[in-house]
Amino acid sequence: MEYSEIMVRYGELSTKGKNRKEFIRQLGQNIRNVLKPFPAVVVKAQRDRLHVLLHGQAATPVLTALQKVFGIETFSPVVKLPKDASLETIQTTAEAMIQEHYQPGQTFKIATRRQNKNYPLNTYGIDDGVGSYILKQFPEMQVEMKHPDFKLQIDVRLSGIYLSSVTIPGALGLPVGTGGRATMMLSGGIDSPVAAYMAMKRGVKVDMIHFFSPPYTSQQALAKAKDLAAKLAAFGGTIDFIQVPFTKVQEAVKEQVPEGYLMTIQRRMMLRLAAAITLDRHCNGVFTGESLGQVASQTLESMRAINDVTSLPVLRPLLSLDKTEIIKIARDIDTYDLSIMPFEDCCTIFTPPTPKTKPDLEKTRNFEQLIDVDGLMNEALAGIEVTKINVGDDYLNAQEDVFAELL
Amino acid sequence: MIYFDNSATTKVDSSVLATYQQVSENYWGNPSSLHNFGEKAEQLLRQSRRQIATQLEVQPTEIYFTSGGTEGDNWVLKGTAFAKRQFGRHLITTEVEHDAVKQSMRRLAELGFEITYLPVDGEGRVNPADLAAAIRPETTLVSVMAVNNEMGAVQPLDELAAVLADHPKIHFHVDAVQGIGKGLHQLIFNDRVDFITFSGHKFHAPRGVGFIYARTGKHLMPLFDGGGQERGQRSGTENLPAIAAMAKAVRLVKDHEEQTVAHEQALRRALRDYLQQFEKVHLFSGTGPHFAPHILCFAIEGVKGETIVHAFEEAEIYLSTTSACSSKKGETSSTLRAMGVDPEIAKGAVRISLSDQNTMAEVEQFKTVFARLYEQFKALS
Repeated sequence: MEYSEIMVRYGELSTKGKNRKEFIRQLGQNIRNVLKPFPAVVVKAQRDRLHVLLHGQAATPVLTALQKVFGIETFSPVVKLPKDASLETIQTTAEAMIQEHYQPGQTFKIATRRQNKNYPLNTYGIDDGVGSYILKQFPEMQVEMKHPDFKLQIDVRLSGIYLSSVTIPGALGLPVGTGGRATMMLSGGIDSPVAAYMAMKRGVKVDMIHFFSPPYTSQQALAKAKDLAAKLAAFGGTIDFIQVPFTKVQEAVKEQVPEGYLMTIQRRMMLRLAAAITLDRHCNGVFTGESLGQVASQTLESMRAINDVTSLPVLRPLLSLDKTEIIKIARDIDTYDLSIMPFEDCCTIFTPPTPKTKPDLEKTRNFEQLIDVDGLMNEALAGIEVTKINVGDDYLNAQEDVFAELL
Repeated sequence: MIYFDNSATTKVDSSVLATYQQVSENYWGNPSSLHNFGEKAEQLLRQSRRQIATQLEVQPTEIYFTSGGTEGDNWVLKGTAFAKRQFGRHLITTEVEHDAVKQSMRRLAELGFEITYLPVDGEGRVNPADLAAAIRPETTLVSVMAVNNEMGAVQPLDELAAVLADHPKIHFHVDAVQGIGKGLHQLIFNDRVDFITFSGHKFHAPRGVGFIYARTGKHLMPLFDGGGQERGQRSGTENLPAIAAMAKAVRLVKDHEEQTVAHEQALRRALRDYLQQFEKVHLFSGTGPHFAPHILCFAIEGVKGETIVHAFEEAEIYLSTTSACSSKKGETSSTLRAMGVDPEIAKGAVRISLSDQNTMAEVEQFKTVFARLYEQFKALS
């Protein structure tokens, strides 16, 4: 079946009032981004619907790409016929569509809407004409008006006659970019990519901050974090990946600070750096993958002691999720297998055997005075490197081409 | 020389050998090592696995590397028997399996498992009704080869799968050591098949390497415990040069599958048509889709298989008495026995097994030598 376009229905946008235009513009832009690999495709973002005109491009891979775009409620592959197409043409097109999607035993309904009042047949005439033809072709079909398993929609509009038979659920959420801009502390574990995904689902454009500590952490650990960002780019387009050298800070903290407070003060330094980067990039918050009670740094007391260094919103979309729930999402968004690859990241080196799960805020502040906070901050910020990461980028397997020749 | 013993082993392809050598020289780190050099080896291992999976249209996590066909068969059989022993101790196979399956079954029988051996018909094929009748509530495994290594019969895996469709908990294993690159992909990778055994040296990869396909969610008990390689299922430092070489050989065999099948079929047809004319020749490999394109088994009445093999080797033509693994034991082919072939005739059985590298010119040369030898044999008997 050759479809002429994919009709995209908007999600929460209908409630957005004056911002509606901006949402539609951004969604159109995001869809154009993910459909870049299909040069024939043209995206038209209109007030009530968005149309992805296929111009000969096969529908299936486009449908797959659209499934990841936030801000879409549902979408349907559509065949467009000329506005004066004969009943016979509608009948045979309907038959072809049914053959592609109908499963024996399903109940069935034809629903016609007619905007073009000049079309020679009225709604009833089309319903009846197509319906009786279809029943002749598929004698075992059962008609069901109220809750059919299979609905063939015929839209007779001024611009043409549109037929569709399947409605695919979209990713929901808001178009990435309409919810402002924030940074995200991306470690390389299971949680932070999931948190980033959830931030993006609410329309937030996220810049990834990754701390790395050579030579204690490897290039592979860095490549893994970048590959995770590439996976996330499927949901919101190009991602800024900001790598922050963290070795000096960790060494200084390890040297000066009592063991029980190592972790808390390391984290304060991370959040301080993240906050500085956030403000510098005109972002309005920091997302983290923290989940309450998961590890020592994720108790309420710890969070208070760490959060103390910034007044920016620190946002934790996974706060009340269980690990199993987080893993399920990680699998769904295809970050899990990457996340569990065994490279030490900066969170796992220099961890004391027994970190304080309930650090005292005053003590934390006092111990921190043992290190040169400003000097270390400035040095780390001066060493930042930013990489633009696109969906499909592969850093861990950068050797792939060399190997492809061998294999 | 003319090499007609490709079911015993194939010649390593020169570009596959080049991969083996380059990997040995440049990526000899241990894939389990943490350092970058080991990580490169790990990446190559991953990419090899991915390539094989892509070629076979399965998931990379469904491929486990082994040392070859014998290990693969042993692992699936014993691994299933042990993993599922609390559910039952009855296993089903056929009378015409390779010894890797048969002897594993014999060993399991010693350990208290009960084995049913399904008979075959005159063409060497299992009857699905026999399988249906053999299944019991305590059956945990059915193991059937895809292509018989001795006479080339292709088993009706789709019909056997249909029987097993009603028994989703029984592991269905296919030994496809002779079945890769022979136009049988759809048959072997049936939706109901859970495990498949492959061996590298049967398709121009080095020996000592192979792999099994294990459907997602189906569990075996590991036979090798140790460092936890292959996701804990098959410990032992990976034979990376051989694995990478095998990944390449899989690609080559899949890329050329259609031509290879047509080519081998043409050679086999020419050989068969020729041999058919001789009064004392008995052909055991039939024609049509029930027979693999590369194996032709026949006997010359009154002449021992071994005599034929040696007579041909004088002319530098290498064929085999039925299976290479059992030929030195001096037994008559158990496959032919199971097919009901007269033991006196089965004694004379030999096998020609082809690869894409054989040519029609070789077939012509074989015919000339055969005509001469046939006259000699006739005079003898």
